[in-house]
Amino acid sequence: MERKTKVTAEKGRHDLTITREFDLPLELLFKAYTEPELIEQWMGTKVLRLDNQKYGGWHFQTSYEGNVVFEASGAYHEFIPEQKIIRTHEMHNADFDVVLEFSAFEKLTDDTSKLTMQMVYRSVEHRDKNLKLPFSYGINMAHDALEKVVSKLKLK
Amino acid sequence: MGIRRDVFQAIADPTRRAIITLVAIQAMTPGAIAENFNSSRQTISKHIQILTECELLRQEQTGREIYYHINAKKMKEVADFIEPFRKLWDDRFNKLEDVMKKYKPKK
Repeated sequence: MERKTKVTAEKGRHDLTITREFDLPLELLFKAYTEPELIEQWMGTKVLRLDNQKYGGWHFQTSYEGNVVFEASGAYHEFIPEQKIIRTHEMHNADFDVVLEFSAFEKLTDDTSKLTMQMVYRSVEHRDKNLKLPFSYGINMAHDALEKVVSKLKLK
Repeated sequence: MGIRRDVFQAIADPTRRAIITLVAIQAMTPGAIAENFNSSRQTISKHIQILTECELLRQEQTGREIYYHINAKKMKEVADFIEPFRKLWDDRFNKLEDVMKKYKPKK
């Protein structure tokens, strides 16, 4: 399987790095992060607020069958178009503290680009907890959503 | 008090990661490994010792020389730990790519 996304989480550190190369020009990659309608499509979440600037903030909420299953928000600390975004990320109603996110956007060629995200957690324990829990939760949700989509297809 | 040695301990240090990379290509003697670093032989020996305790390296006696081999199975533990998380991001980024590719013609 193609490994486009690399996640590095070294033992004993309270950060992790995610890198990904996209078959998309830099402008489009950056757009995916800054246009609410686009975020709603690829993140599968509702964008309640997105203020793309320094001192700005963001607020996402995902509902499933009428219940809020995911809610997160944060503040922008730096916002340089097509270069970098530094923002905080806090998951609501979860036992997780705020995380600091450094995202660097790079042009590779006219049609490809690279995203490097460094996520800094409050402690090693905090990071490891995050590494263990939410993805299984997220994957379950994705499976549920997939099932729904597939079942609709069958009805046609 | 015994220090718990596991594969994560092994990769926590940049010199040890470099040693792993070297040995992954071919089995090497401690001397040959040390030649690649500016650190003293003792420092490198210590790193090799830790890597061996973590079972990432295996010793093999060939004549008078000891060769170190990589134990790739052990390295897989690291990958296994991170894999589901990577998958989550992979799925999400794949979706991002799909969404943006459809968006492109609208420009």
